Amino acid sequence: MRIGTLKTDYAADEALFDTGLQKCLLALALAGAVLLPFLASPYWLFLACLCAINVASATGLNILTGYTGLVSLGQAAFMSVGAYTVAVLEIHLGTPFLLNLLAGGLTTALVGIAVGIPSLRVKGLYLAIATIAASVVLHFIFSHWALTGGVQGLSMPPARFFGVTMDQPFQLYWMIMPVTMLMVLGAANLFRTRVGRAFIAIRDRDISAEVLGIPLLRYKLMSFAVSSCYAGLAGGLWAYFFRVVTPESFPLVNSIFYLAAIIVGGMGTILGGILGAIFMTMVPEVLKFGAGLVTPFYPDALALLAPVRTIVFGALIVGFLIFEPQGLAEIWRRIRRFFHLWPFKT
Amino acid sequence: MDWLFLAEVLLAGLGAGSLYALAGVAFVLIYKATRVINLAIGEILMLGGYVFFGAAAAWHLPAWIALPVAIVAGALVGAVVERLLIRPMLGESPISVFMVTIGLGSILAGAVQVIWGADPLRLPEFMPNTPIFIGDAYLAPKVAYGFVAAMLIIVAFALALRFTRSGVALQATAADQGAAYSVGINVSRVFSLSWIVACAIAAGAGVLVGAIGGISPTMGIFGLSVLVVVIVGGLDSMLGALVGGLLIGIVEAFSGTFLGGEYKFLITFSVLIVVLMLRPYGLFGRHEIERL
Repeated sequence: MRIGTLKTDYAADEALFDTGLQKCLLALALAGAVLLPFLASPYWLFLACLCAINVASATGLNILTGYTGLVSLGQAAFMSVGAYTVAVLEIHLGTPFLLNLLAGGLTTALVGIAVGIPSLRVKGLYLAIATIAASVVLHFIFSHWALTGGVQGLSMPPARFFGVTMDQPFQLYWMIMPVTMLMVLGAANLFRTRVGRAFIAIRDRDISAEVLGIPLLRYKLMSFAVSSCYAGLAGGLWAYFFRVVTPESFPLVNSIFYLAAIIVGGMGTILGGILGAIFMTMVPEVLKFGAGLVTPFYPDALALLAPVRTIVFGALIVGFLIFEPQGLAEIWRRIRRFFHLWPFKT
Repeated sequence: MDWLFLAEVLLAGLGAGSLYALAGVAFVLIYKATRVINLAIGEILMLGGYVFFGAAAAWHLPAWIALPVAIVAGALVGAVVERLLIRPMLGESPISVFMVTIGLGSILAGAVQVIWGADPLRLPEFMPNTPIFIGDAYLAPKVAYGFVAAMLIIVAFALALRFTRSGVALQATAADQGAAYSVGINVSRVFSLSWIVACAIAAGAGVLVGAIGGISPTMGIFGLSVLVVVIVGGLDSMLGALVGGLLIGIVEAFSGTFLGGEYKFLITFSVLIVVLMLRPYGLFGRHEIERL
């Protein structure tokens, strides 16, 4: 039970984590993240890394779509820009991976700005369609440019860090998880600053925001830059994780996946991006597990796995939009509210 | 320059474009009446093709029965979808409804794979096979019949929209929902009707598309081209869908012939970007002014 939280200054009011319980939970989660690689099997570590990459990308999309209100179906294409940048740098220059990741993020941010230019002229669904067009163009460039290896794509060597070759989930975990955590923390803090507040103002009503003195073009492009920078970093992590980048690695359906992740998780909340990405990454694994369970009774279960996954993916999007439009984050808040007043109100 | 060859490419483009136009009309119908961008239109097309295949190949029905079966199946799906998925989303943000249709597309694509498998299939032949020449230019018979059928449906549809009670009710709803309510038009019936008719048209178009190119669970890609068509033509304009469809068909045919198949998407989407930058509301669409 929690009886009110008294705040005596503005700094406390703005703090990200305000209650003792929240801090305790956070510390527990952190400890769990540190201990996980020593306890879990490589398969679970693989999933953890995949979840972390998707969390990073979904958080980026959340900044753009959930907080600034600009719908994008180009997140996967932005990720491919980051992945290719990292792969090219790693193959041709062999620079340290942190530098490559940063370069990937920055390159993608530039591409994001270019894609975002129509955002002042077109809004809503038109913008979503413009980003589809941008992903088609990017896909074409990657499959025809000699530098990016054409349709075969690029295979890259593993990252090295002080002589340690990072090619197993165990080592990669220590690269992916901290970067993702920093990115999520950065996103959470962004919305305590002037820029983040401007994004929210634009989402709520862009004309009012302009009247309040927020230059729309600059802030919309900034949102595109930040979001695609996140996508680029996530794409870079993806490249180090799988070490093969092809034009088909980031199809349009992946962009839909990230949009679905933030819808399922809850748009416009940091927690929503995290929960949604983890949930959507884990659903196919749960289905695979379920298919394994029914195989003894129904031998064709594995053949049906792919189409059933497609159906469940669609059904999750539709179901959440109709029955739980605020997403998993809202469910989480409801649970929390229940326990706040628990013995007195049930 | 070989003019005969150019004419043949042009005719093929017109043939493909007429199917885009037909699907585009279905798309515009839903958008006009309900303001929903239905990205599942490609999957409904695919469903029409598969139901025709199921009826004609598995149940051995003759084509003239299988075709109505496919169209009725499309109409049923439209009715169910409107009632179960779209009606509850009334008043939600357009983005949410848009995402619901993406989810619906995913469900349909998966369902088709569960029932009919993932391999591409060929529809049984049901159109006459004698080659057709216009002047000296050869035109594949399927494409020609597809073109004629698509144009007939579009003309019939345009007439129905103009001269029947339901058509006028639909136009009234498109112009102003509140005013349509106040003069006694049953707007929710218009919503249902538009989904039913549009999905029936789309299913019929799917049979034509499937007859020409075969059917596969990835036919939903067709929906992306239709999206380009309606954006170029203007989301709320039937004429736009017709002109846009033929235009994109011709553009695809020429870029496919002279540059190679992989350039098709690049060129059409480049056209899309140009149109979005210059006339975001499309060639024939109504320019909506946002009010505060």
